[in-house]
Amino acid sequence: MSAAVTGLSPERDLTGRLRAFAVRHSGWVPVLAAAAIFVAMLIGGQVYFGTFVSPRLLSSLLLDNAYLLILAVGMTFVILSGGIDLSVGAVMGFTGILGAKLLLSGVPPFIAVPVMIAAGAVIGLFIGVLVQYFDVQPFIASLAGMFLARGLAFVVSLDTLRLSDPFLGALQSSRFRLPGGWYITPTVIIALVVVVIAAWVLGWTRFGRTVYAVGGNEQSARLMGLPVARAKLLVYAISGTCAGLAGVVFTAYTSSGYSLNGIGTELDTIAAVVIGGTLLSGGSGYVLGSLFGVLVYGLIKTVISFLGVDTSWMRITIGALLLVFVVVQRFLVMRARRR
Amino acid sequence: MTDAARGISPKKILTHRLALPIGALLALVLLNTIARPSFLAVSVRDGQLYGSLIDIIRNSAPLMLVALGMMIVIATRGIDLSVGAIMAVSGAVSLTIIKGSSSPNDLGVIALAILAGLITTLLFGAWNGFLVAVLGIQPIIATLVLMLAGRGIAFLITQGNITTINSTPYQFMAQGYVIGLPFAFLVAVAAIIVVVLVERRTALGMLTEAVGINPTASRIAGVRARGIIWGAYAASGLLAGMAGVLYTSNIMAADANNAGVNIEVDAILAVVLGGASLMGGRFTIAGTVIGVYTIQTLTSTITFLGVPPAVTPVFKAAVIVIVCLAQSTRMRAWFRGWTSRSAGSGPTRRESAETPALVGAGEGKA
Repeated sequence: MSAAVTGLSPERDLTGRLRAFAVRHSGWVPVLAAAAIFVAMLIGGQVYFGTFVSPRLLSSLLLDNAYLLILAVGMTFVILSGGIDLSVGAVMGFTGILGAKLLLSGVPPFIAVPVMIAAGAVIGLFIGVLVQYFDVQPFIASLAGMFLARGLAFVVSLDTLRLSDPFLGALQSSRFRLPGGWYITPTVIIALVVVVIAAWVLGWTRFGRTVYAVGGNEQSARLMGLPVARAKLLVYAISGTCAGLAGVVFTAYTSSGYSLNGIGTELDTIAAVVIGGTLLSGGSGYVLGSLFGVLVYGLIKTVISFLGVDTSWMRITIGALLLVFVVVQRFLVMRARRR
Repeated sequence: MTDAARGISPKKILTHRLALPIGALLALVLLNTIARPSFLAVSVRDGQLYGSLIDIIRNSAPLMLVALGMMIVIATRGIDLSVGAIMAVSGAVSLTIIKGSSSPNDLGVIALAILAGLITTLLFGAWNGFLVAVLGIQPIIATLVLMLAGRGIAFLITQGNITTINSTPYQFMAQGYVIGLPFAFLVAVAAIIVVVLVERRTALGMLTEAVGINPTASRIAGVRARGIIWGAYAASGLLAGMAGVLYTSNIMAADANNAGVNIEVDAILAVVLGGASLMGGRFTIAGTVIGVYTIQTLTSTITFLGVPPAVTPVFKAAVIVIVCLAQSTRMRAWFRGWTSRSAGSGPTRRESAETPALVGAGEGKA
């Protein structure tokens, strides 16, 4: 594609080259828009509240949203392939309470944590099989996965399971302090490592490029001889694995397991991914965008807690800020496309 | 209708697109009847019908209204997640007006209150349509805005309380009977008839499907895609508003937290069970109606069979998976291979028995 673009612009002057560069990288515009709005929100918060932007705020923003970031990475794979995964919140809740139950019954963490992640992967694979081999629409297949995971969570335990496991506790509470008040926890490191791995897989591996191709046009991808079935199975398995990992991180974050954890989180995740500029129709978007999407979504909640509004206004504010964001992004992208 | 005119063969019944939804509904009814033989019994008391089936058709009225709206939106390749929140808003508006008036039993006041609730939700639906059709925001996100904010707005209207009223005429809508049948059921039937008349007796339904299949192509062909999408969301909002009024009429309270929780999921499931595609461009009103009754019967079954609440989601997941698997082409191909082998000696199936592998292809041509 890049070769075709350069071929179309024979003039070698600066504007021509700039335009070619802009066209070739137009997919990054929504990501840049997300990043720009994130910065604008930080500046706006600083101006409005006086003391808003601080290393502590940004560190805790990452810490509070580490699980959402992991979920968003998995969701990015699925949405890029043209599907959707509504099960992630329930799977996170299920793996969380499963892990809590295992740890409380004396299973060591080095067994319990892989079991949690594997449980997520199995549910993801189940959804993938439904989608790929039985032509069930992703929305419905993952809805079935959501009910399944939520029901299994209820079966494991209906009560809140309090944890005092030293390993999971260390994931959350051990803080690597950096100069200037910055700090980072192992959960955040896990989340960021997941982002880096996902960015590498999507950008520089055969599987990653196949995911984009499938999302762009599944028929064409198949005719090109790409392993479409394997890619579609894998994206759901990846999303399930990420949900399992998010279950580990969320359990560490709350130091408890509860079967109702993560209700509605799938919509938060989808919103964050979309804010990050990934198109729900598939084939266009970046993991880095999802990172900014999660940061913006987390910042919206932080702003609301700074404003100190009551619950009814909180819901309206979340809705309104989401709306403002999506509309602004829409106009930015539309203007960029018109050029 | 046309199938009946051509004569009914077993093959036609099995391969009809509504065969599966109807089969699922009948299977659920059968399961219930076996578990509790009184399930099918309908008794008459004071000229009113009573029984489990009557409960199902009465309680399914809000879901029916929401699902009809959802069906139209899905046909345009959209989705409306905000219906539950919109239900909360219409109930809050209506009950706040009735509570504020001095005569809560006056029919004029009630009509005004319902009208105000419905106009509000029509505006909410139009707002969703504006976001999708004019600004071009993806439907799942555009309607997520109101799904998040709507309940907050409903709380603002009721000032954070659960508004309760005493009004016999208002209560009548969900709990009253006309000619022996529940009034709520008649409202649902009226809504079905209106949707059939508007969508299938005019070209609107076909144009809606055209927009769902390819918005750009239909716009170039002269279909006013923008107006049709806008109208679909407005209709969904209005129908959800009616569902909200029925819901509050049933419990006589406006509860912004619990009105229509998860109804969007049930409505989407009902539409899909009825054979519509979430990719748009295909919907059947009969399928949606059957889908709604299947979902409602399933909900009742869970109660009747005494399934523990903890296992309820697993039960629901199992039913969704079974129905979706049964609808998939792979399963149908297996099923056809199996039936043509076992029923091969029958005179009507001789041709297919000779070429079992080509049955699927042959049917498509015929």
